Amino acid sequence: MSFINYASREINCKIVYYGPGLRGKTTNLQYVYQKTAPDAKGKMISLATETERTLFFDFLPLALGEIRGFKTRFHLYTVPGQVFYDASRKLILKGVDGVVFVADSQEERVDANIESLDNLRFNLKEQGYDLDKLPYVIQYNKRDLPGAMTVEEMRLELNPTNVPEYEACATTGEGVFETLKAIAKLILIDLKKGK
Amino acid sequence: MSTQQMVMYEEEFQEITVVIERLLQDANAKVIFLVDKNGQLISGVGDTERFDTTSLASLTAGNIAATGGLAKLIGEKEFSILFHEGEKDNLHISIVGGRVILVVLFDSRSSLGLVRLRVKKSSDELSAIFEKLLKKAEDKEKRGVSDFPFAEITDDDIDNLFS
Ligand SMILES: Nc1nc2c(ncn2[C@@H]2O[C@H](COP(=O)(O)OP(=O)(O)OP(=O)(O)O)[C@@H](O)[C@H]2O)c(=O)[nH]1
Ligand SMILES: [Mg+2]
Repeated sequence: MSFINYASREINCKIVYYGPGLRGKTTNLQYVYQKTAPDAKGKMISLATETERTLFFDFLPLALGEIRGFKTRFHLYTVPGQVFYDASRKLILKGVDGVVFVADSQEERVDANIESLDNLRFNLKEQGYDLDKLPYVIQYNKRDLPGAMTVEEMRLELNPTNVPEYEACATTGEGVFETLKAIAKLILIDLKKGK
Repeated sequence: MSTQQMVMYEEEFQEITVVIERLLQDANAKVIFLVDKNGQLISGVGDTERFDTTSLASLTAGNIAATGGLAKLIGEKEFSILFHEGEKDNLHISIVGGRVILVVLFDSRSSLGLVRLRVKKSSDELSAIFEKLLKKAEDKEKRGVSDFPFAEITDDDIDNLFS
């Protein structure tokens, strides 16, 4: 849920990167962090295990600029993808304004993608959200790896409702900002409709 | 929109600032922050310059969320007060009016007892202000009044953000 502060003239929105473990959610945020000008970003916080798996969340605050005299800030979070961290995922989803689902393009990861998407839908519902009514985009990551499925195949499995979808290689940054812009835009359009 | 939006108006912002400024004095604290449960900073007073307030807000909310999860597991509603003791500085974190998190940072010039006492009093005042704020936002919505700045935004405005 966005936070509109008329006193400090700021709008804050929360974006959550969701998806199974090792899909590149954290890598997305790291790339955005690297490529954002110092005055437009805050510190990136990663609560991770010793093996760099997300334990609780990553957090990256971005200040993109002003719209109509209001500072527009986006708070980017990733969830821990590993199945047994479900309780933490639920907590991170609280107050979400938009979701990026990061999927892996490799054939053998299809089941995990679908399971995680179901899990997202379920966890949102538990908090009174409907994924189909929320700003939501999909990223097909790791397009660079051999054995990547075609986008058509992935769409069939993961995107029946035809939400905006982006191909990406988070390690090189391809598709990363396209994905972020798309979700940010959907959130702002949603805000505009909401009032 | 999924849930009601959190808003803050100038009038309530001033009132809140008065309350936490006074708490800062009364509790002999170094810094005080008010944070939304979703991790967004609402206001801060005292020596705020020394801290990365955005990170602080996000981690505090994460902390409250995690301990709230723990509380539910053992059949409690929530832990409404958390206390972290450091070598020099200590953190007193409490939930105000069910929705907002009050963070008080203090050192040996104050004490847990004093902070707890003062926080209790200020919490009631803050609760009342947030209650009023919520009513005001609901009222505006009912009457269809909107001073919402985004009603008029265009695609260009949005695209410009990313240029
Ligand atoms: N080849 C390739 N590797 C990638 C890509 N994106 C991420 N990786 C790698 O995949 C591994 C896992 O990436 P993370 O970003 O940590 O994955 P995560 O989704 O955050 O995983 P959890 O924190 O466990 O949920 C890292 O070694 C990345 O370097 C990509 O597009 N291509
Ligand atoms: Mg991660």
